[in-house]
Amino acid sequence: MEATADRLAEQKYSFDVVRWFTIMAVVYLVVGAAVGVYIASELAWPFLNFDTPYISFGRLRPVHTNAVIFAFGGCTLMATAFYTVQRTCGVKLWSEKLAWFTFWGWNAVIVLAVVTLPLGLTQSKEYAELEWPIDILIAAVWLAFTFNFIMTIAIRKTSHIYVSNWFFLGMMIMIVYLHVVNSLSIPVGLFKSYSLFSGVQDAMIQWWWGHNAVGFYLTAGFLGIMYYFVPKQANRPVYSYRLSVIHFWALMFGYVWLGAHHLQYTALPDWTGSLGAAVSLAMIIPSWGGAVNGMMTLSGAWDKLRTDYVLRFLIIALAFYAMSTFEGPVMSLKTVNALSHYTDWTIGHVHSGALGWVAGISIGAIYHLMTRLWHTEMWSESLVNVHFWTATIGTVIYVVAMWVSGIMQGLMWRAYDEYGTLAYTFVESVAAMHPYYAMRAVGGGIFLLGAIIMLFNILMTVRKSAVQGSLRDARGTLTPAAA
Amino acid sequence: MSDSNDAPKGFQPWIEQNIWGLVIALAIVLSVGGIVEIVPLFYLKSTEEANRFPEIVWNRDNPGSQPIVTVSADGSPQWNWKPGDGVRPYTALELAGRDIYQREGCYLCHSQQVRPFRDERERYGHYSLASESMFDHPFQWGSKRTGPDMARVGGKYSDEWHRQHLHNPRSVVPESVMPSYPWLQERTVKAKQIQRHMRGLRTIGVPYNDADIEAAPALLDGKTEMDAVIAYLQVLGTMAKLEPGVDYRQ
Repeated sequence: MEATADRLAEQKYSFDVVRWFTIMAVVYLVVGAAVGVYIASELAWPFLNFDTPYISFGRLRPVHTNAVIFAFGGCTLMATAFYTVQRTCGVKLWSEKLAWFTFWGWNAVIVLAVVTLPLGLTQSKEYAELEWPIDILIAAVWLAFTFNFIMTIAIRKTSHIYVSNWFFLGMMIMIVYLHVVNSLSIPVGLFKSYSLFSGVQDAMIQWWWGHNAVGFYLTAGFLGIMYYFVPKQANRPVYSYRLSVIHFWALMFGYVWLGAHHLQYTALPDWTGSLGAAVSLAMIIPSWGGAVNGMMTLSGAWDKLRTDYVLRFLIIALAFYAMSTFEGPVMSLKTVNALSHYTDWTIGHVHSGALGWVAGISIGAIYHLMTRLWHTEMWSESLVNVHFWTATIGTVIYVVAMWVSGIMQGLMWRAYDEYGTLAYTFVESVAAMHPYYAMRAVGGGIFLLGAIIMLFNILMTVRKSAVQGSLRDARGTLTPAAA
Repeated sequence: MSDSNDAPKGFQPWIEQNIWGLVIALAIVLSVGGIVEIVPLFYLKSTEEANRFPEIVWNRDNPGSQPIVTVSADGSPQWNWKPGDGVRPYTALELAGRDIYQREGCYLCHSQQVRPFRDERERYGHYSLASESMFDHPFQWGSKRTGPDMARVGGKYSDEWHRQHLHNPRSVVPESVMPSYPWLQERTVKAKQIQRHMRGLRTIGVPYNDADIEAAPALLDGKTEMDAVIAYLQVLGTMAKLEPGVDYRQ
């Protein structure tokens, strides 16, 4: 029955662009994780900088963050948004041309990022490093993506707009605000500009952007993915409609305020930081609302986890989501933040969210998409299981290493000896981090290995589909599969 | 999705069937937090300490024509400003250094923001003020201390120490994990480019005057990127003289 539905969908909807985004997402997952493992290794073994500007840590780190957030995360969001909006609205994309413009435009942005960042062309605002001409291209592509999505909903055949689309839409609108305001700058050359804002205002705007890149791009968007793919893969309806409504609006309203908690005890006025922290604490409720809603969708069908590896990815992702959305508010408390800020704890927190939640839910969704878009089973189910364990174990090793090193750093910096003087020099704390930086590189390496296995498995699946002719069959034509 | 008696009546069912309503409602709901937290920072007097302590910011005797620094006939710099006189725009050489600091991604491992804690005071110095970064486009407060804070590094080490450290950090600090920056020594800074940067900054409110911009070629003559970065590092935290015991933050 499912196969027939997918066959009908193939003939009814625009899936070619979704297929391309899906494959590119996995390619960028491998690239982004590989650069991540490399820069993690640079911190453990600094000779790896090789005295070469283009691969020194400070220039490669933005390549890593941009590759995982915008290349991998972006392609995943665009693949899943274009796929789910068609299937939940019962219509083809409003404009296939605009969707292809989005694909080529977004990939052009990624190529430009990979070229310009190692050259040192940067606005030096975290996660918004790309210089102004690329920022303009991003805005154009993003608006095309958003407009196409809205118009597809506008011409829908269903009466209600499905919950996954609310989350995608909220994410798209917020990213327009954030990107436009945070990128405002005065160009002083083709590839050099200065932020329009300075000092404390610039800091607040940057972290309003920075935290909401996490809160919307990496959370709301991926909750949209969760609300479609978890019920689909589990073959059960969403646990509670009411919960989804409440946590949706609470998340949309509340997340925006959190950026200020990145600036506790800085020269940002106390009222702003405290406000950010207070709302951060309250955000546990809507965040857990989403996690509970996703997990309880499985209620009564937990046995599926034994056999369904894709579902395992989706559910472990929700577990990591619940954990990091508890950890985040704790870290925003002023007393905890005094210790955790500026340390590796933040890096650990980000990666429990990024590797555990964002990558987990994406990987689950992509495996689901592979079977639906190429109309065949995965080339190897057992490799999916191997990937599940490498991803999970790699993430846990990474996060534990950063927790230990972060808390240790924080404690060493503030430690006093019996004479009332600082117990450690800064560099002693650096030396103490070495084993954990090595451990982090190993954890990241294991995660990367899983990503490579995934890329291999999906490419073999595409090949298998081509050999079987399953996509051609589903299309009901004899034209060769362009995938 | 769910049985109908579970669904709330009113606004939600309506907006779920009206895409433009949903777009507008989201556009409004999403804007509130940013407006409340960001906009007041531009007009609340308490945000910038310089409003209560004007001595934090440097006042030129003659704002229209007096440069921060020029080069005299014998090639030595002639300063109209001295450390402690107050926060001022960066000189051409310091700005060139700051551009390189941004280019190399130094801010990813070094914060420039000292928090008001006993250990940070002893390790780095007086806590940072908002007005100290009022001319920083963009801010360089950072988010991570893989290396130590830089907000008050100025004057702590000699130029020669910085030169050797930037060239090969492990030659002076064996446990360091910082990359080496040997290329800084081999490249010179370009006056035309820095003058363009100064003019750009002036249009967005950094108070450079013509004399500051005209002084750039002489200040930058023969200077390497290494010289520029060191000039930038050596001025960090030295501009304003902050008195112990004064409560600068409200």
